[in-house]
Amino acid sequence: MPLQTPPLRGIHDERGAKFTEFGGWDMPVEFDSIQTEHAAVREDVGIFDVSHMGQLHVTGPDATELMQRLTSNDVTRLEVGDSQYAAITDEEGVIIDDTIVYRLPDEDDETYLFVPNAGTDESTHERWVDYRNEWDLEATVDNRTDEYAMFAVQGPNAVEPVEAVTDEPLAELERFAARYATIDDVECWVARTGYTGEDGFELIVPWSAAKQIWSLFDCQPCGLGARDTLRIEAGLLLAGQDFDYESDPRTPYEAGIGFAVDLDTEFVGRDTLAEIDREGVEEKLVGFQLIDRGVPRHGYDITNTDGRVIGTVTSGTMSPSLEQPIGLGYVPVEYAEPGTTLQVVVRGRSKKARVEPLPFIDTE
Amino acid sequence: MSFDIPDDRRYLESHEWAHEDDGTVRVGISDFAQDELGDVVFVELPDEGDELGQEEEFGVVESIKAVSDLYAPVSGEVTAVNEALFDAPELVNEEPFDDGWMLEIDADDADELEELLTAAEYEDQIA
Repeated sequence: MPLQTPPLRGIHDERGAKFTEFGGWDMPVEFDSIQTEHAAVREDVGIFDVSHMGQLHVTGPDATELMQRLTSNDVTRLEVGDSQYAAITDEEGVIIDDTIVYRLPDEDDETYLFVPNAGTDESTHERWVDYRNEWDLEATVDNRTDEYAMFAVQGPNAVEPVEAVTDEPLAELERFAARYATIDDVECWVARTGYTGEDGFELIVPWSAAKQIWSLFDCQPCGLGARDTLRIEAGLLLAGQDFDYESDPRTPYEAGIGFAVDLDTEFVGRDTLAEIDREGVEEKLVGFQLIDRGVPRHGYDITNTDGRVIGTVTSGTMSPSLEQPIGLGYVPVEYAEPGTTLQVVVRGRSKKARVEPLPFIDTE
Repeated sequence: MSFDIPDDRRYLESHEWAHEDDGTVRVGISDFAQDELGDVVFVELPDEGDELGQEEEFGVVESIKAVSDLYAPVSGEVTAVNEALFDAPELVNEEPFDDGWMLEIDADDADELEELLTAAEYEDQIA
């Protein structure tokens, strides 16, 4: 299958980016260096092209009910211009994907835009259409992934460059709030959301205006490499890695995103999750820091101090901000308490590790 | 993008360089290799006194995004290890041919170097 290319592929190439395949897309992984880009976002501001993220648009008389029954959070709490993080779960309460649900200004009816992960837009669209038909709901579900580019402007100084390109008072937006804003005569959806643990905005812009709008920002371009180190430090999950519907099925409670589950709503997976909530989980995602020299990587074994394998590293890196090797992984709950000593097996050698509270870095 | 490829040394296809001085062969990775890896954050090297065979794996260099094995350009005994890299692995990025060197080998047979790529041949490989 040919890789999908974001509208800015050529511009990134000219800027000297290196590329990687991610979720079926050919995306910039690094512009200058991961450490430079990471530091820009932690200390100042950086801009990411995240046009590989999906965009699904749902409207109609039953749009709210459809969203409510297919996502784990309480959609009815969203006013126009609000957003929320949610899991998309199956009947067993297993995470299929995670997403941000935005409530757009009403069209004829309540209207939503939600952003599933790269490469899952088609299967998610199909899921929404199938359930709509099964439940006989009146809602239109459009996959608009190819109509919108998406940029993330992130960092403690993110307000200034975003306000500089529009007349709207975006500094006033609260965290997770969103609104339409005109940028260079183009209507864009601007949200105070992100995936870095920093303040910042995500801009959903028409594909046709992507180059024009990207070029308005004179800040450090950042690739998926820095996006990964930033989100690991912030303790944020990566679909396909920290949970994977096929190879590492996990419930929101195991993955530490129980805050995005509202059991007072009716959604697919709700009843199983209520049971798990009552009985508790056997394994949990924890953060850990390696005490010995080494770098934890996805797939490495986690053992207890006796050397018995008790879990697997799902994400790991050398943290640019902490200058320490850190990672995420699932372990039995009895090993999940911060301060617990574990070991990570790096190329056949056991390296001492310590469970740390998440996030590793609390910046917001 | 152009990379430094000093012609006073030989290269492996796996991007290590080897510089011989009176039977002692100093080893590191090329400018091209460090650029491909990006920010180097960890280097694992053998101990002094270890015996290596030609093209035997002797260690690992890790950047934030990748892990790469390192191969010995010649056989012999490890006589020095650049311990500065343990605290400052970024030297591999900054000075891959100088302070970013990794180890020195007392070569069993310096003629083994003749089997490696010349600077011109290596340049063709990465072109």
